[in-house]
Amino acid sequence: MLETIIQGILLGGLYCIFALGLSLMFGVMRLTNIALGDQIIISGFIAIGMATVLGFNVLWIGLLLLPIAYISGFCFQGWVLNRTLSKDPLPSLVVTFGLSIVIQNTLQMVFGANPRSLDVGSLSTAGVELSPSLTVGVLPLIIFVSAIVCTFGLQWLFAHTAIGRSFRAVSDDREVAELMGLSAKRVFATATGLAFCLIALAGWFQGMRTTVSPSDGPSLLLFAFEAVIIGGMGSFWGTFLGAMVLGVTQQVGFHYDPGWGIWFGHLVFIVVLFIKPNGLFPKTKG
Amino acid sequence: MSGSPFKDDNKNKAGPNIMKPLSRRSFMKGVFAASAASAVSLKAPFVHASDTLRIGFISPQTGPLAVFAEPDDFTMMQIFQKIKNGVEIDGRRHDVEVIYKDSQSNPSRAATVTAELILKDGVDLVVASSTPATCNPVADQCELYGVPCITNDAPWQPYFFGRNGDPKTGFDWTFHFFWGLEDVVGSFSNLWQQIPTSKAIGTLWPNDEDGNAWGNSDRGFPPVLKQKGFEVIDRGRFQTPINDFSSFISEFRRNDVDIVTGVIAPPDFANFWNQAGQMGFQPKVVTVAKATEFPQAVRAFGERAEGLTVELMWSPSHPFKSSLTGQTARELANDYMATTSRPWTMPLGLKHALFEVAIDVLQRAGSKDPEVIRDAIKATKLDTIVGPVDFQNGPVPSVGKTPLVSGQWQKRGKDLDLVIVENSQAPMIPVEAELLPIQYKS
Repeated sequence: MLETIIQGILLGGLYCIFALGLSLMFGVMRLTNIALGDQIIISGFIAIGMATVLGFNVLWIGLLLLPIAYISGFCFQGWVLNRTLSKDPLPSLVVTFGLSIVIQNTLQMVFGANPRSLDVGSLSTAGVELSPSLTVGVLPLIIFVSAIVCTFGLQWLFAHTAIGRSFRAVSDDREVAELMGLSAKRVFATATGLAFCLIALAGWFQGMRTTVSPSDGPSLLLFAFEAVIIGGMGSFWGTFLGAMVLGVTQQVGFHYDPGWGIWFGHLVFIVVLFIKPNGLFPKTKG
Repeated sequence: MSGSPFKDDNKNKAGPNIMKPLSRRSFMKGVFAASAASAVSLKAPFVHASDTLRIGFISPQTGPLAVFAEPDDFTMMQIFQKIKNGVEIDGRRHDVEVIYKDSQSNPSRAATVTAELILKDGVDLVVASSTPATCNPVADQCELYGVPCITNDAPWQPYFFGRNGDPKTGFDWTFHFFWGLEDVVGSFSNLWQQIPTSKAIGTLWPNDEDGNAWGNSDRGFPPVLKQKGFEVIDRGRFQTPINDFSSFISEFRRNDVDIVTGVIAPPDFANFWNQAGQMGFQPKVVTVAKATEFPQAVRAFGERAEGLTVELMWSPSHPFKSSLTGQTARELANDYMATTSRPWTMPLGLKHALFEVAIDVLQRAGSKDPEVIRDAIKATKLDTIVGPVDFQNGPVPSVGKTPLVSGQWQKRGKDLDLVIVENSQAPMIPVEAELLPIQYKS
């Protein structure tokens, strides 16, 4: 059982990395990014493309990926998503949904339908022996630690910095924040840039731990979405814990019967929605 | 019947020209166009149009199954070269047209485009390929409208029983050629007996058409494996994709599993295989269908692909020749790699064979009459690039079987190559190498 829980927590780390970008965009702009999964996949492909063309080490690829992601997120929010923001959540949903289809087909056109992965050499199979019967992978551990660092970083950014304050301000009341001299659109663009960095990180990890192919995106969105909802909208530790809950429940399900794993995850999701519709640790309302 | 759609067509063409607001010049143009069109409409049904044979081709160009359609462009180009000057039938030239539609990897979309091909484009023959999700809905539509149809690249059981086929009578209009579960069960179980192991087999059979068929306790792998003295560690069906296989791996390790088999997609297998490495699980044989069938996908596994085994329905080493281009399997693969600069892939042979049969059928039929075409399909005896195709001697009516062997990814020079290591089900295909247990670096 100990092994199941530990593997579940590691799986939760992965889901947390997937979910943080979604949580951030929702927290600041009340915007649900349906294209999240596909953006993760496209980041994976860009990382793989850069690794093939430039021949850099995986670590350098990751560092290069972040500024690219930030700029594209900033521009995407500035030029596209800002025009869809209104009281009505539908336009942004439709736009990101459309983007999801565009990304899938563009990827297929450029890279073909074949799965690819980032070559990380022996790291992909390296394990640490915790006890004779319990070994865990190094890569899942790295992903888990990154999840904690990112969550902590985001929470600190929101609580203690000027950018964080502006994020909270426009999120709480856009009109008043603008009266105080903040440019809401600029703040939104910064938030999306940041969210895209998290998405790029997720894509980078996804490319290392398994393969990516153009149609993989939508299935990644589902778990990220569940983690955010279970944790409660707008709270990063909430998202982290939501991801842990999802990972551990799935793993416990798998332990009893492989058909139950994913189903257990969905069950917990529904139960949480039923008992606490705002999630376990909600920060924002509505 | 065949005359009327052409007349309608020409009315439409002439219409807009006449209806334009008239200046003198455009009036003249309009009359000219109208008369030109009507001249064509007089000639068309008798000389040209009725001789054009139309083939509708449905394939999953986009979506999760798109990897099956990778060779489509190349195959279409080859076919176009072959048919651009028409096909000679009984001394007369017939134009052949291929209309290519995308199923978007979606069965209901496949059915819709088939109906379009039949009703709008008036195709004489429908061909489709790649998994039951494409073949079944296409064949169902053709059966419904009474249009001859040939499909391949889906095991025959899901094709035949999935469409409620009656083993006594078969279908009226639809035909299929491929291997069946009995081949893959036979080939794999023989493969696994070639080297000494613990005889414990861990399985990864998901909850989908393939997983359920392979894991079926009456008709799938379990009864044959038990009879051959293997122990099957089957944890049951699971939903894919899943992000974590550690529960499978611990169970396999506890039961001293030496052989892993399954039928899962590349991302799932990559997950499983990486986690197996992380957790120190080292099976001697790993035979996972789907994930390692495509060379491009195998490249994604890097060094860790060496030693993996997989079922092989076509390879450059198959001793067969194309009836269309005269190329051997090796030549076809080299041509593909040179033209597209991609590695060869199994669907290449199957797509090619599909058109070999289609063109052969049309040549023998020499008519647009659906019943004549249907009878020509029934009488097919053709040596294709994937082996002999014959719908008379199949396991059930309407189905022809093509050979299946097993291959292993072995190092040849710098690269990995898929070599044939087992041929119990198809002795005409020679074995190229012995099965090697997977090597692990400590």
